[in-house]
Amino acid sequence: MTKSNKLFTILIPIISVLLGLIAGAIIMLFSGYNPILGYTALWNGAFGDAFTIGETVRRITPLLLTGLAVAFAFRTGLFNIGAEGQVIVGWLAAVWVGLAVDAPMVIHLPLAILASLAAGALWGFIPGLLKAKLGVHEVIVTIMMNYIALYSVNEIVRSVLTEQETTTDAIAPTASLASEWLQGLTYFSRMHYGIVIALFAAAVMWFIIQRTTAGYELKAVGFNQHASKYAGMNVSKNIILSMVISGAFAGLAGAMEGLGTYGTISIMSGFTNLGFDGIAVALLGANNAFGVVLAAILFGVLKEGAGQMPTGAGVPTELVDIIIALIIFFVASSYIIRWVLLRFKKEGK
Amino acid sequence: MEYVIEMLNIRKEFPGIVANDDITVQLKKGEIHALLGENGAGKSTLMNVLFGLYQPEKGEIRVNGKKVNITNPNIANDLGIGMVHQHFMLVEPFTVTQNIILGNEPTKKGKIDIKKAEREVQEISDKYGLKVDATARISDITVGMQQRVEILKTLYRGADVLIFDEPTAVLTPQEIHELIEIMQSLIAEGKSIILITHKLKEIMQVCDRCTVIRKGKGIGTVDVADTSVSRLASLMVGRDVVFKTEKKPAEPKETVLKIEKLVVNDSRKISMVKELNLDVRAGEIVGIAGVDGNGQTELVEAITGLRKSESGSIMLKGKNIKNLSPRKVTESGIGHIPQDRHKYGLVLDYPVGENIVLQTYYQKPFSKAAILNYKEIYEKAKEIIEEFDVRTPSEFTKARALSGGNQQKAIIGRELDRSPDLLIAAQPTRGLDVGAIEFIHTRLIEERDKGRAVLLVSFELDEIIDVSDRIAVMFDGKIDAILKPEETNEHELGLLMAGSQVSGAGESNDKE
Ligand SMILES: Nc1ncnc2c1ncn2[C@@H]1O[C@H](COP(=O)(O)OP(=O)(O)OP(=O)(O)O)[C@@H](O)[C@H]1O
Ligand SMILES: [Mg+2]
Repeated sequence: MTKSNKLFTILIPIISVLLGLIAGAIIMLFSGYNPILGYTALWNGAFGDAFTIGETVRRITPLLLTGLAVAFAFRTGLFNIGAEGQVIVGWLAAVWVGLAVDAPMVIHLPLAILASLAAGALWGFIPGLLKAKLGVHEVIVTIMMNYIALYSVNEIVRSVLTEQETTTDAIAPTASLASEWLQGLTYFSRMHYGIVIALFAAAVMWFIIQRTTAGYELKAVGFNQHASKYAGMNVSKNIILSMVISGAFAGLAGAMEGLGTYGTISIMSGFTNLGFDGIAVALLGANNAFGVVLAAILFGVLKEGAGQMPTGAGVPTELVDIIIALIIFFVASSYIIRWVLLRFKKEGK
Repeated sequence: MEYVIEMLNIRKEFPGIVANDDITVQLKKGEIHALLGENGAGKSTLMNVLFGLYQPEKGEIRVNGKKVNITNPNIANDLGIGMVHQHFMLVEPFTVTQNIILGNEPTKKGKIDIKKAEREVQEISDKYGLKVDATARISDITVGMQQRVEILKTLYRGADVLIFDEPTAVLTPQEIHELIEIMQSLIAEGKSIILITHKLKEIMQVCDRCTVIRKGKGIGTVDVADTSVSRLASLMVGRDVVFKTEKKPAEPKETVLKIEKLVVNDSRKISMVKELNLDVRAGEIVGIAGVDGNGQTELVEAITGLRKSESGSIMLKGKNIKNLSPRKVTESGIGHIPQDRHKYGLVLDYPVGENIVLQTYYQKPFSKAAILNYKEIYEKAKEIIEEFDVRTPSEFTKARALSGGNQQKAIIGRELDRSPDLLIAAQPTRGLDVGAIEFIHTRLIEERDKGRAVLLVSFELDEIIDVSDRIAVMFDGKIDAILKPEETNEHELGLLMAGSQVSGAGESNDKE
């Protein structure tokens, strides 16, 4: 079972992506667009020149981190819908430190990043605590925490960080992830050093889950709380820890936006969707650190490339949302694909 | 000869293992046919093939002489084949009737006709003497009752052939007695039964014929009337089996576990252990006999730290361990073979190897500075798998894929390997084959001879009498009598377990 299972975990996302793209092409055909032109535009939008490549990387960065956040919680049996709120508070914390502190870069930048980690962790801690001590389901609490984050952060931006304005000042250059070198390479895209941090975070997730005693405990509690208790693990502590680590990953995604892409924080009329997209990334990446990296790259490319589709081929950008939704649909209905694959294997014998 | 079911030359492979290799079983109409084999021999697999859960690589299945292709359980249902799995598949918050009609609900004008269903379920229950209340909630009824709901489910769907996979492993002796009566009334109504069990006495008592499987291969089918318990055992294991484990008289030394006036409540805050006193000394095995539900589970949970005690004391080697965390309890020298291996004993989705270090993963050499050392972990696992004869394709196989008996052997290996001062063994041989039971009993006695204290909790009176040096009878949260195995018998124990006082026995509780 194990060997074919491994094969399936790799094959199912690949097949799902292909099916999603094919379905997208069919939809384009039926709506009177040229799918070849459409996909060419998509490709150009993502990889057309150095600038678009830089922008694609920039878009991948936070998706990668929210994907890790959701995947981490999931590996330990928890469903963190709250990555969205954790991104928002992480973003705020990073920018706040970026504005308020005056220090050389070696101190300022790590401090701002730490602040985002801590804020996201706190936003994960609360639902973790409620789940561990009172048995309140984390999905409900994290959804509410998303709204609390959105509206309180908006209020703080409006009344504390600015005087009734919609955007803060730019953070001090000593707290910025922006890189003149990377911008120079990419015709002044907003690409920043965050991608290095995000890739490092993926390695950290892999390491915690696969190599450490903490990861062993977290997974065990996710699989079977009774056996974990029997084995002497502290079930409550592990539930909380999982949400804290997951929240920290998402908070870090906020820092990517706050310290890298924008250098500011603005009042948001709605959610950033980074957290929700993280759920899709985790799902497509099979909740595995390496898989999440690949899935984030794919989604980043699709989302960035979509920008070129209206001008390049007259195809509305919404088509990419449909394709992404279809890919998720195919992954989620992997049961069907698995069944078909098994059939093929049988016949082949 | 008329056969209702014929499974001819069945072969079923799993990666790295041939679970069924050319097995033939033929079931006559109206017979109870036993399927006997060691843990991991492939019995459950074979029955899952018949029930349509697995597809065989080779072989042929015939129902009433006609070749059939059972690709899923619905087809099995349509062919009149029903299965009572060892692990029940019931929805706890639902009622008996709701569970039974789940998946093919009778409707009236598009609405579920629950009243009609209840009537039908009750009728079937009465017909076969199942004594099930069709309106009771699953979470409110006993394990034995839940099993009857599973039986009812197959009957409701019109099964003529019933497969029972180790139905008696989870039952108390009383419930087993009732189940046997139920099976006999099923036969009287013209049903046929395939029974998987490790209890040879049961086979001798109720079965007509018995097919023996060894390591995936069919050894043959015998008429039960022409055979004996020891003949069956040696057919199945491939060598002679000793039923009564040899042991020297115990040489008890200092007291290891001393429990005084212990009170433990269950989750509904009802006292289940009531001012209980008990001593276990180094170098002896104390067996706790009792009917299920008299506080044994709560007692074990209290000692191992899984449940809070209200009052009293639990001293381990002179140190009070009452209400310590399970980890502290384990570290102070207690090993625990839990009663429910799926719920407590194993993380089923972890490989066997990682289950072997479930309590020791944070210690050297399995980890250093919080980093796991997989090489050491899997080496240890390999060692235990070999020593305890755990049949698994490898130490990397998920615990879920092991047969029930082999899961148990892995747990026992893990607990004994830590050589704890006190070993608590709750139903340690539940679901094990006779060879494995012999092995486990020998190991428990070896632990005793090494000077360890062993507390054995079991519903099997044979086991209690065979293995224990002293027998403590538990009734209504208290230990009413302490007896010597050579001075008692099943009859007397049975009476004491039911709460009656046997003259002279009541006193021996206070002091020894
Ligand atoms: N899903 C599976 N994947 C891989 N191997 C399996 C699977 N199910 C069973 N096996 C293997 O097939 C063999 C037969 O298992 P099976 O459960 O049929 O044994 P059994 O005779 O019912 O034993 P027991 O008496 O312990 O229940 C075992 O070696 C087991 O590890
Ligand atoms: Mg079995």
